[in-house]
Amino acid sequence: MKLTKTLLASTALTVASGMAFADGHMASEMTIVSWGGAYSNSQQKAYHDPYMEKTGITIINDESSPEGVAKMRAQAEAGNITWDLVDLEAADAIRVCDEGLAMEIDHDEVLAAAPDGTSASDDFGDMIVSDCFIPQIVFSTTFGYRTDQVPDGVEPPKGACDVFDLETYPGKRGLNKQPIANLEWALLCDGVAYEDVYDVLETEEGQDRAFAKLDTIKDQTIFWSSAAEAIQLLADGEVFMSSTYNGRLFSAIEEQGQPIGMAWDWQMFDLDGWVVPADLPEDRLARVMDYLYFATDTQRLADQAKYISYGPARASSAPLVGQHAELGIDMAPHMPTEPSNAENTFVNNYNWWADYRDDLDSKFQAWLTQ
Amino acid sequence: MRDTTDQTGPMMAADGTPLKTSLNRALRRQKLRALALIAPLLIFILVTFIAPIADMLFRSVENQIVSDTLPRTTTLLADWEGDSGEIPSPEVFKALYTDIFVAQERKLHTRLGSRLNYELTGVSSLFRKSGRRVEDMGEVYQDQFEDLNDFWKDSETWNALMGSDDWLAEQAAWDDKSDARQPAFEPREEIINLLPQTAETFEIFADFVQNEDEDNLAKEDPWALVYSALYDDLIQEPDISGYGGPGSAELLEAMAAVRTFETVDYTAAFQDIDKDWHDIEVWQTIQTYSPDFTSGYFLNAVDMKKSPDGPEMRPENEQIYIKLFIRTLFMSLVITGSCILLGYPVAWLLANLPARTANLLMILVLLPFWTSLLVRTSAWKVMLQQQGVVNDTLVWLGIVADGGRLALINNQTGTIIAMTHILLPFMILPLYSVMKTIPPSYLRAAKSLGATNWTAFWRVYFPQSVPGIGAGSILVFILAIGYYITPELVGGTTGTFISNRIAYHISSSLNWGLAAALGAILLALVLALYWAYDKIVGIDNVKLGG
Repeated sequence: MKLTKTLLASTALTVASGMAFADGHMASEMTIVSWGGAYSNSQQKAYHDPYMEKTGITIINDESSPEGVAKMRAQAEAGNITWDLVDLEAADAIRVCDEGLAMEIDHDEVLAAAPDGTSASDDFGDMIVSDCFIPQIVFSTTFGYRTDQVPDGVEPPKGACDVFDLETYPGKRGLNKQPIANLEWALLCDGVAYEDVYDVLETEEGQDRAFAKLDTIKDQTIFWSSAAEAIQLLADGEVFMSSTYNGRLFSAIEEQGQPIGMAWDWQMFDLDGWVVPADLPEDRLARVMDYLYFATDTQRLADQAKYISYGPARASSAPLVGQHAELGIDMAPHMPTEPSNAENTFVNNYNWWADYRDDLDSKFQAWLTQ
Repeated sequence: MRDTTDQTGPMMAADGTPLKTSLNRALRRQKLRALALIAPLLIFILVTFIAPIADMLFRSVENQIVSDTLPRTTTLLADWEGDSGEIPSPEVFKALYTDIFVAQERKLHTRLGSRLNYELTGVSSLFRKSGRRVEDMGEVYQDQFEDLNDFWKDSETWNALMGSDDWLAEQAAWDDKSDARQPAFEPREEIINLLPQTAETFEIFADFVQNEDEDNLAKEDPWALVYSALYDDLIQEPDISGYGGPGSAELLEAMAAVRTFETVDYTAAFQDIDKDWHDIEVWQTIQTYSPDFTSGYFLNAVDMKKSPDGPEMRPENEQIYIKLFIRTLFMSLVITGSCILLGYPVAWLLANLPARTANLLMILVLLPFWTSLLVRTSAWKVMLQQQGVVNDTLVWLGIVADGGRLALINNQTGTIIAMTHILLPFMILPLYSVMKTIPPSYLRAAKSLGATNWTAFWRVYFPQSVPGIGAGSILVFILAIGYYITPELVGGTTGTFISNRIAYHISSSLNWGLAAALGAILLALVLALYWAYDKIVGIDNVKLGG
């Protein structure tokens, strides 16, 4: 009897509180989807914790971004949107926007202006690659190498093109198991000028040329499918050098003290940011917009760089980047955008890849199985 | 006696009905009761298992998106001959303008672009670009009508012209702020007859505003598309002299003026957006994928493609799926074989050792079974990699040179080793439970009759354990064929399975149609193998236990 009563009472309470939320203007709980690991941790400290403190709401973390696109589509088809905000790479954000799964956003209306009054859309500038996308960080895919495996009397590798130089730097290499970045590097290191890379890659001969260049190192290469694998390969000495995300390399080098060095030349810039699922109920949407206004302002974006070496997407945040919160080292030299790291760089050409991804991916996978 | 003479008729039950009928009735009741008992399970399986799978597999042929998004274009395109080498007629381009205009308002054009981009590279950006610029095409007419008379600028005058009197009265009475539904738009009869295209596009517009955007139609200005339709109607010079409703004077004025209007050449305008609209291949792709159902995904799943001249093989450098299917089958067979080789002696020991030792051994078999799959797979990475435990030991023992460490992972070997280990309990457990039922006295009897150890095993013991091998093999093989995490992590490039591509298309490329086709083929393969097994060995010969 007592149990029944307790149950009844608690049910009544839940119902009552549930109704209270629905009556209020904004939901008191939100589910934010991100990548997990050090990256989610940096968001927790820079955005979630201060926001929860300010408003008293609960933020639920879901580490589903790797399957974010598929799950957003599944939720939309089932008519049951459980996510409030999703962290995606720019290419995926363009895709969910194309599929009508994400909401289009008026950046100037929804986001805070810079402290000097520059409008949000000018402050983010080119980073707004899709109407649904709210940029957050700039990261880069670049190379790390084992400092203890550099042959004697040889300069340590500087960047992507050293991957193709088996004579100077013998040993295994690690590369991502997808065409993006690999094909660009193959052409750049085969002597194609950066301006021409995508034009060349559009042609059959250009694609053959890129694959031929990759053929020269194919039997020395381990292809990874998650970024954590690349770090494991480097940490265990399985490969001499490997491509991976610069933030992961930073934490392996600075936080874990692994004998790994950075090779920045021809790093590929990429963006990561938020999308809001389409068709959210009004109270939840109001909450998300309130959170976004807070979490993407100039100071908050700069704060995130205290915990991870990714560059803030707002131009106005760059001067505010300071030191690592725990290690106390200067973060600026570890940023992909630092001028000495960024002598030769390129930007993932999203719209080009949106067209060519299906085709080149099947060619790349066929090449891998050959 | 009377009874014997009646034998020719049907046998009767006590109540006079034929015995057969009453027996059937009794049986039917029994069957129904049995069905009612299993109904919860049956419904549960139907709803949570069969229906979702059927729905998913259905996507492998579903293709309504093309004709739903471009209904007018695909209808007109049906008669177009792609072989002639000429781009479609101006009517098709005009239909395309209407279709894309409506699609971009509904935000469906980019979705169609992604769909067709699976078949032809570049269509994705073609549709995105066209969606952005298609409005400009309509504004040419919109501006001219609006310059002509302010009547055409205003949503209220438009509504008065297009809507029926009943609807106008209802709309005027409807309160914007109230919870009541907005009265659904009804077109004016005379206008449908006089300006058919305008009425049609205006209805689409009204339906969109009222039902999708849920805005007040009285306050929304018509799309540029409606102006283009109005131009097209008026240039035909319909007989509007008999029309006396709202806007009749403005219609007459406009009809006189349209002859001097600047016109839009849709064929050229689309080329202006992107020259690919004058590429035969784009149109052929749209035409090929116009039908509501397509074999395209299945053809893609076996390295072929739909072309205007029927199915053809893909170029060599894009062929991948058949190779992966064969590899998946072959490696699953190898894994099943090595599970039998390794599992048989263990199961024999388990069945024949004294209970205490056997229990300990059983725990050793089950322990890895209870460990997370990812942990076991990662442990194999640590063991097998070139700087790993196995290679280090071999180098230390001097069996391999330091420079010649064995490649045991990130290839087929790695997948086979790791998956054999992971699937081994599925082989050992059925084998064990079958062996447990073989009486040891049979072996002793065989030996006492003069058989050698080998003959006794091979002729007496082994045949009795075959049902266990069968059950274990089916379990291991079917699990192996659909495995995906382990091959992804330890398979490198040569040890991945077809399921890795299915996962890629589900979670990354969003090409669910192709993923469904690959999955359907995989399912059919498994069922065919199961059928073959039943024919050759007999499914009655499979035992999971005593």
